[in-house]
Amino acid sequence: MRRLGAVAVVGAGLVVLALATVRRPAGAAADGATVTGHVKLTGKAPANPAIDMGEEPKCKAKYTTTPTDPVVVVGKTGGLANVFVYVKTGLPADAKYPTPTTAVEIDQNGCLYHPRVFGVMVGQGLAIKNSDGVLHNIKALGKKNRPFNISQPTNMVTQRAGFTVSEVMLPFECNVHGWMHAFAGVLPDPFFATTGDDGTFTIKGLPAGTYTIEAWHEKYGVQTATVTVKAGETKPADFTFTAK
Amino acid sequence: MNWWLPPQASTFAPSIDLGFLVILIITGITFVLVEVGLIVFVIRYRQRPGQKAHYTHGSTPAEVIWTAIPAVTMVILGIVSNGLWVKIKGRNSVPANAYTIGVHAKQFEWWITYPGPDGKLGRTSTSLIQKTTNPTGLDPDDPASKDDIVVRNQLHVPAGRPVVVYLSSEDVIHSFYVPQFRVRQDVVPGLEIKAWFEATVPGQYELGCSMLCGMGHYKMRAQVFVHTQADFDAWVAQRASQAKGEGTS
Repeated sequence: MRRLGAVAVVGAGLVVLALATVRRPAGAAADGATVTGHVKLTGKAPANPAIDMGEEPKCKAKYTTTPTDPVVVVGKTGGLANVFVYVKTGLPADAKYPTPTTAVEIDQNGCLYHPRVFGVMVGQGLAIKNSDGVLHNIKALGKKNRPFNISQPTNMVTQRAGFTVSEVMLPFECNVHGWMHAFAGVLPDPFFATTGDDGTFTIKGLPAGTYTIEAWHEKYGVQTATVTVKAGETKPADFTFTAK
Repeated sequence: MNWWLPPQASTFAPSIDLGFLVILIITGITFVLVEVGLIVFVIRYRQRPGQKAHYTHGSTPAEVIWTAIPAVTMVILGIVSNGLWVKIKGRNSVPANAYTIGVHAKQFEWWITYPGPDGKLGRTSTSLIQKTTNPTGLDPDDPASKDDIVVRNQLHVPAGRPVVVYLSSEDVIHSFYVPQFRVRQDVVPGLEIKAWFEATVPGQYELGCSMLCGMGHYKMRAQVFVHTQADFDAWVAQRASQAKGEGTS
């Protein structure tokens, strides 16, 4: 009986260990460091171009004012949204990171892409959703990855297998609505983030080391910063783009 | 619903319609004669008791006649309409005072470039196309491109002045077709093809793609606005004052 109890305890311990391993963020070190920061835009943000959605009443009906192409989105505190921040160099070359089993969703809603800027790991699935019920034709314009071209005539979701190699950034366009653009950062690791409306980002689970962090914006290009982190440490990396 | 041809809104339209009508009358009469002959023969030579079928070569003179008449008719139609064909499609047919517009076709949109105040279209190259900022591939180093106006899915033209469109395609073969102008021209990737017309009636029409170009072919349409010259000038001035090539319309 005592022996049976010992087996049960060891078994339970193994289950807990296994669960802990599974629950850990994909590829992130358990005692990982964090890089967090704020991306700002200085100067007067340009007005985003207005979009005439007259040809798509279903999309137009989703807006109360004239929709605009959200190229430059600045929050109340001057934070710049839709900036893709990722670790450009510094990670071990031979490191392998598990691919998330959940797909990244890109939604076509109101004849705009949501999200406009996002990250996806190599091999991670992509769920392409049409919430508008009008014809969308999404085209991935990969230079390193094989391009694809999918027509979605009605409300539907198309599952795509993952991209095969890293590519920053990989643009998407809609062939029916020329104003629709999105950008994906395809990376072999999970160390990336996109700034929210307040311009902040957080990259967690980094192993100790010195990294080049790059911030990419579709209009203002790229900026880099070098950050050295120890295990479990949190370090800032702020970026400032200038409006033009 | 209009059961006959669309309204005429260009200088070509009356001549094209006349040619269409002449051909329709000739082929219509031929159709009736052939069908009547067919019915007469079917009834006259139907199966009857005691009558055995026999085979005949027919009449050589009759065959020569019914071959020669359509052939001669076709040649005559070709000769008679050649002047119109040359006027519309001839290599040097574009009038010297034509207003120049760039029309760039892609799945499934029309991107129209207007020359701006300088009256000159800038150079373009497909290698310069930037999806978000330069959809027609205008060369920023060409001074003529600085004031060019790029608009999506809107073709604005003045009435009473010849307009020449320089057609280019980014991907597959499209076809520029404005029914009311009676103008249709294929747009072929790798080629710059000219087509011209002179709109006559101010109004709003539709430019469609008339070459099946993919799943979204049916959505590849632009609005055509024919203005009076004064209204057109005002429209150009208004667009020129806005930022060039914003990528939207």
